Amino acid sequence: MKHIFQQAFHSPKFVIGFSIFMFILLTVLIYPVFVPDEPLAIIAQGTFFEPGIYVNVYDSIGSPAYTLKLTDAAEKRIASKLGPQERRDMKEWLLAFGIPEEEIDIEDTGKLLNLWESNFDPSLRFPGMTNARKLYFGRLNNSLQGLLATDGVTVAARNPETGELQEVSYIDQTAFVNIRHVPNVRVLPLGTDNFGRDMLTELVSATKTSLIIGFIAGTIATLIGLTLGLLAGYLGGLVDDVIMFFTNLFTVIPGFVLLILISYSIGQDQRGATTVAVVIGLTSWVWTARAVRAQVLSLRNRDHVNLSKLSGHSIVRIILSDILPYIASYVVMALILQISSAILAEAGLSILGLGPKTTEVPTLGLMMNWAMIYSAHIMGKWWAYFPVIVTIALISFSLNLMNTGLDQVFNPALRD
Amino acid sequence: MAKVMLEVRNLTTKYITRFREDVYAVDDVSLKVEEGKSLGIAGESGCGKSTLALSLMGYYFPPLHYMRGDIIIDGVNISKMDPDDIRKTILGTEISYIPQAAMNALNPTQKIIRFIEDVVQAHNPAATKKDAYDLARHSFETLGLPEEVLHKYPVELSGGMKQRTVIAVSTILFPKVLIADEPSSALDVTSQKMVIKMLRDLMEKGIIKSMIFITHELPLLYNVTDDIMVMYAGQIVEKGTAKETVFDPLHPYSKGLMGSIIVPEKGLRAAKLTAIPGVPPNLKNPPAGCRFADRCKYVQPICRAITVGYQELDSGRYYRCVLSEKELREAYKKDAC
Amino acid sequence: MPVEKFSILRGEGLTKVFGFGRNKTVAVDHVDFDFYSGEIVSIVGESGSGKTTLAKMLLGLINPTEGEIYYHEQKRDISTHRKRQEYWRGIQAIFQDPFSSYNIFRKIDAVLLDCIHMRGGRRLPYEKKVEMMSEACSFVNLKFEELTNKYPFELSGGQQQRLMIARIFLLKPKILLADEPTSMIDACSRATILDMLMKLRNETGMTLIFITHDIGLAYYVSDSVYIMERGKIVEHGTADDVILNPKQPYTKRLISDVPKIYEEWDLSTV
Repeated sequence: MKHIFQQAFHSPKFVIGFSIFMFILLTVLIYPVFVPDEPLAIIAQGTFFEPGIYVNVYDSIGSPAYTLKLTDAAEKRIASKLGPQERRDMKEWLLAFGIPEEEIDIEDTGKLLNLWESNFDPSLRFPGMTNARKLYFGRLNNSLQGLLATDGVTVAARNPETGELQEVSYIDQTAFVNIRHVPNVRVLPLGTDNFGRDMLTELVSATKTSLIIGFIAGTIATLIGLTLGLLAGYLGGLVDDVIMFFTNLFTVIPGFVLLILISYSIGQDQRGATTVAVVIGLTSWVWTARAVRAQVLSLRNRDHVNLSKLSGHSIVRIILSDILPYIASYVVMALILQISSAILAEAGLSILGLGPKTTEVPTLGLMMNWAMIYSAHIMGKWWAYFPVIVTIALISFSLNLMNTGLDQVFNPALRD
Repeated sequence: MAKVMLEVRNLTTKYITRFREDVYAVDDVSLKVEEGKSLGIAGESGCGKSTLALSLMGYYFPPLHYMRGDIIIDGVNISKMDPDDIRKTILGTEISYIPQAAMNALNPTQKIIRFIEDVVQAHNPAATKKDAYDLARHSFETLGLPEEVLHKYPVELSGGMKQRTVIAVSTILFPKVLIADEPSSALDVTSQKMVIKMLRDLMEKGIIKSMIFITHELPLLYNVTDDIMVMYAGQIVEKGTAKETVFDPLHPYSKGLMGSIIVPEKGLRAAKLTAIPGVPPNLKNPPAGCRFADRCKYVQPICRAITVGYQELDSGRYYRCVLSEKELREAYKKDAC
Repeated sequence: MPVEKFSILRGEGLTKVFGFGRNKTVAVDHVDFDFYSGEIVSIVGESGSGKTTLAKMLLGLINPTEGEIYYHEQKRDISTHRKRQEYWRGIQAIFQDPFSSYNIFRKIDAVLLDCIHMRGGRRLPYEKKVEMMSEACSFVNLKFEELTNKYPFELSGGQQQRLMIARIFLLKPKILLADEPTSMIDACSRATILDMLMKLRNETGMTLIFITHDIGLAYYVSDSVYIMERGKIVEHGTADDVILNPKQPYTKRLISDVPKIYEEWDLSTV
């Protein structure tokens, strides 16, 4: 056995596939140790928060302030406030005012601001401009005023007794806090989903569940398919006819429809992740059975099988030692494909709402489902679905890569 | 002095493997075939005869690489030519090649005549379908194939008929040299006989000017070719007329090979078939000196030490061995008693 | 001491039909034969003649549609697995392609040990088993010490076929059926295989049944020859009779189609 493992690691494909898969597996196992939060806990009020580091503003006010004089601080401040939309709006007002177009450069922040300051009049209203628009320009102007000022802001709290605002602290424009002194900082590398859940924690937990579902369903399907295929292929005759009859039955009935019907009849309460896995496994073995049977049919008449028969070996022994090792590579390939398709089948079920209970554990399929229902892809909130897709792809890819790298293990003739 | 149709001088070609180990499949081979004559190349699997056939056409593609040597067809040296030029001007018209199981070259979805049209038009784009049909009909008639075959699909023909069709088509443009690599080994004996007869007809009727016939079955060569060359481990070990090589072999390997011929003729049952122990050397690291040394009954210490050259006899026969003709004949006589 | 010749394997009206109705193929058509113990018999036929199907029936791998096989003059009964195992203690086979005759996952030691076990030697001490395996290997000019712990595919084709013969040496069946045993072997190594098989027959009195398309080989090696054409046996007799004085037109044609070197090979009869 040890020799087989050593042999496997000679293949670069296997090593790469194995590394990716191990990385996913280890993340799934170790991450919850460091981040023990509930994956389905809603932490955000609001939908689809972008990925980033979220700093508690209240705490940062109270944290010790440090003065940093940075030369580009003011520029950055203004540039962030003046987004492309605002600049285009300013240009629009200036053009309407009468400034020739060549003089207006929306890229040049300083010049644009100068033009604005010297010319803006909130009371002016141009033909074709609605009142709302005029008010908008007024607000734009107000926000800009703040930008150019060099004063800081005053934070005031309401006195519980008198009801008056009292100054609590004064914040300079050059005041910085060290993020390590801020007690409440939350890193959301993948932002939040539409419910307000931490996407990364959810993703890790969902990957674990999906992997479990994939493995259980894939293993069940492969075992059923392998057994039926072996028996039908090797024994032939009546056994073959009966098994093929059932296989054809299951082929003709669309697996997905069967899946839906069974899922539906189980009822929402009973549908845990394991149940769904078993159901998927029981309905998707058809392809494997046929493929194994075809392979066995061609192996059945090989010389080494005939010689085994002549040596008096029992049927069980011939199947296990003369047929099974020859189809091992094929079966592992089938297993991997079954795992991948099980994960996707669960996703399909979840999109219809027939997957595992949504209140217990998330699955990759469920996450895709939510992203789709809540139009994440339309709104451009890529973090809600893209990492999920990448994870599914990586799981499938790494398993397949491992399988192709295992050629030498499955065929001793290829070993060096 | 008859015209030399094909001359090969010191041809060496090699296979470059994935691990950058080179296999010198054809090592310093020289031969000459005159107009009106045929040469048989005998050898067992792995001796390099099929690689030699491919090399003779200038047909190199990785991992087969040309190293050095000249191939001259009717005066034209093709070893320095561009592969594309070779394809356009030499293949099919000057030299033609029939690989083993050539019948598999027939497209199962097309009638035979379509195949012939392709071949003819590839060499002469101006040729019409009628031209191709005429050529085909003429060729089939000369070679004794029924004309109706032209209108059939390959699946309707037997293995022997397919093979003969492909042979007829490959000579349809009257190449000067025909190289046949095991043309009949995939067929039953009756079809084999028909193929052999066709090859003889091709020579006798002048459709081709010379032929190289490659096979491991010596009785076939004896009945078809004028001369026989024996190959071993990428090198030629003996050459002589067919009769000389089969009935009076000189090189110890040829002697062993001829001694293992089985023919259903009187006297066979009493004969003792010879067997040569061991296996051919690995051509990744060919042994220094004579490559047959490890299996040779008459090996001397010197055999492994030097590069063994040819010994030429007056009759034009030659063989690659350190022992003289006299020494070899004495040794064989001693063993026979 | 003259060995008594008796009929070891006899067939009467042996037939095998595949398929039904219009798609019926009669692979073997009412074949009669009688093989004697210690004899070397060849069944010669071209592809499609039914010789392989006949071989499989003789081996008990396929059941005949009609006809009887008599083993040691008693009707052969292989209806149960146990009876079949008993039959296979007496008859074994060597096949054409040495590379596909072995399970590529098992080492040479396991292959040879299997044979020892089959003959009831499972309980023997390991040293005795090694002794038996070494003896078998040296019979076929192989060295057991060089083979141990290797896989069969690491050997050449000729060596693998010889290993097959070593298996037979250990199994010591009464009948050996060899299906084209030398067609995939180099000419130089062919004689070795044939000599070893004949040596086995000479030392153990084993009956050899060769299945081949090569009539020359049949002539060289056999005592009797049976010629098969399209499922029927068209001629049989001693090797000299059939090959040198063929009576049936098919046999005559078969012989004339093989290239000759001592006589003139007549190509005009094509």
